[in-house]
Amino acid sequence: MTTPTSTATAFARAAAEGRPALVGYLPAGFPDVAGGIDAFRVMVDAGVDVVEVGLPYSDPVMDGPTIQTAAQQALERGVRTVDVLRTVEAVAATGVPTVVMTYWNPVERYGVERFAADLASAGGAGLITPDLTPDSAPGSGAAWIAAADAHDLDRIFLVSPSSTDERIAMTVAACRGFVYATAVMGVTGARTSTSDLAAPLVARTKAATHLPVGVGLGVSSGDQVAEIGAYADGVIVGSAFVRCLLDHADDRPAGLRALAALTEDLAEGARRARR
Amino acid sequence: MTDPSAPAGHFGEFGGRFMPEALVAALDELTDAWTDAMADPAFVDEFHTILREYAGIPSPLYEASRLSELVGARILLKREDLNHTGAHKIRNVLGQALLTRRMGKQRVIAETGAGQHGVASATAAAYFGLDCTVYMGAVDTRRQALNVARMHLLGATVVPVESGSATLKDAINEALRDWVASVDHTAYLFGTAAGPHPFPSMVRDFCRGIGDEARAQVLERYGRLPDAVAACVGGGSNAIGLFTAFLDDAEVEVWGFEAGGDGVESGRHAATIVAGEPGVLHGARTYVLQDEDGQTRESHSISAGLDYPGVGPEHAHLAHSGRASYEAVTDTEAMDALALLARTEGIIPAIETAHAVAGAIRRAKDLAAEKGPEAMVLINLSGRGDKDMATATEWFGLGDPDRVTAEPVGDPGADR
Repeated sequence: MTTPTSTATAFARAAAEGRPALVGYLPAGFPDVAGGIDAFRVMVDAGVDVVEVGLPYSDPVMDGPTIQTAAQQALERGVRTVDVLRTVEAVAATGVPTVVMTYWNPVERYGVERFAADLASAGGAGLITPDLTPDSAPGSGAAWIAAADAHDLDRIFLVSPSSTDERIAMTVAACRGFVYATAVMGVTGARTSTSDLAAPLVARTKAATHLPVGVGLGVSSGDQVAEIGAYADGVIVGSAFVRCLLDHADDRPAGLRALAALTEDLAEGARRARR
Repeated sequence: MTDPSAPAGHFGEFGGRFMPEALVAALDELTDAWTDAMADPAFVDEFHTILREYAGIPSPLYEASRLSELVGARILLKREDLNHTGAHKIRNVLGQALLTRRMGKQRVIAETGAGQHGVASATAAAYFGLDCTVYMGAVDTRRQALNVARMHLLGATVVPVESGSATLKDAINEALRDWVASVDHTAYLFGTAAGPHPFPSMVRDFCRGIGDEARAQVLERYGRLPDAVAACVGGGSNAIGLFTAFLDDAEVEVWGFEAGGDGVESGRHAATIVAGEPGVLHGARTYVLQDEDGQTRESHSISAGLDYPGVGPEHAHLAHSGRASYEAVTDTEAMDALALLARTEGIIPAIETAHAVAGAIRRAKDLAAEKGPEAMVLINLSGRGDKDMATATEWFGLGDPDRVTAEPVGDPGADR
């Protein structure tokens, strides 16, 4: 068993080194449970500061085609919620703070309190909840906040370019660890240029909280990390990592090499972000 | 029936809003615009004028006397099949499109299962001069090709959705993905009384004319209320549109009928309230067909319009509170009822609607045993069956040009 490490410690260490934290996402169970764990270890070795383990879900409304494809493959191969927790345990054992990113229904089905307890005992640091806002009701927003408090877990809610200042204030007040700022109005997926919506959103969010702010959606290159990392505390990458594995579906070692190369490029972007 | 002090959009422990933060501002904007419009007599007047002059509404109430004789109870049909585009759904889309124009947006998107809501949305978009994109599961574009052609003629773009199970739930997912990227200039015409607040309440209010009209029509003609009202339930817009007017009439039983597919015990069905469990799907807490891990199960029904693994949250609440009761009707029962209504009354209903007919006949017999032949059941005849002729042809083995004297199907005298 590992003691959960808050994502805040990773953000603080990166800040002390004068760079943004690099947050990397893959769905659990892709290409299979063991292969997914191997991939996360490669990302950690190559410089990811925080790991997001995605819980594959049948109806992922916030995800673009790349993550949909990977999650659907994982589900077709029979990945279960317990496999996600098993993946968290293996990745958290590396010492890197590890959070789960999940749509809400699987958590509720598992039991909010039970999920929080099992996540904490697996060494997980917390949850990112793309379709749960702190005020989601009846029931859930408050139930998760209480369970996270009881188990000392991070609660990472999302803010969006369309969020009002009032909603940003409400959201950051419920966050723990860091705040997830979605850089674009849209779903997950690599984009060639960075969004001009991200910087104003980060500024509005930082005006409301001292928590670190991570920017995600559409980031796929070291240059984009360098650009965003100049003003954000963290940069979150998902689809571009998934793409490495999808593009080398028949050759896992090649997929892992591509993953390492991408991570190194992104980490290098993070190091020059504030120079 | 709903506690007026409850937060907006909550139906007991169901409903609410479980949506990405990116869409919350748009949902709040929509809630405000809808609330404001419904309080504006000019908006309400224009809505009713369009319904009357363009859509043929109010629809008539019809006493199905030959069917009544066969069942042994008085069967009344609210003829929503006679509306423009052939179903109740025109009410909802004209209301939402009128609201879209009022909000100054130029583009609408919609999801569709059988294609009825897609056709209705394309119709409303043509009427108001709006751009229209319809998301439809690729499985459904193949089994409902006629409706795809209708949408094209009406000027809409139809996008086949291949992800997931390639049916209605995946069409909703894809429409939501469009909306999160286009929300500043696009309205989402949601097709049923489900989804996040304000959709369940807004769709109900645009459809509640069904029950309001029928209640007045029954009272005027018979001087009494029906003993029961009945409707099919997929997402539940036609059913909540009928039920709402009768919820405070404690003496009126409220019956919903879900798609039983091959039978609930087979696991291949879409009977969400009968066999699902509470969860969160498409933005609301409601009953969901789901596995042990909370993954949505695929639903199955001969009726594309009922083939949905969720249900509107107000129905979940009405079932939970006991005010309404919900039963499953199998594919076979529904198709038998379709043929029966065709032969006894000269009305070919949509297969969705045939579920209501089948279920209502089943329960009307029990009601008549209790109350006698004057027992009165009002069924919402929510749509007509033209779109389903290919399915009916295959099911009944019709249309063989060499069998010019084909046997009648669906023997009305058979014991069912």
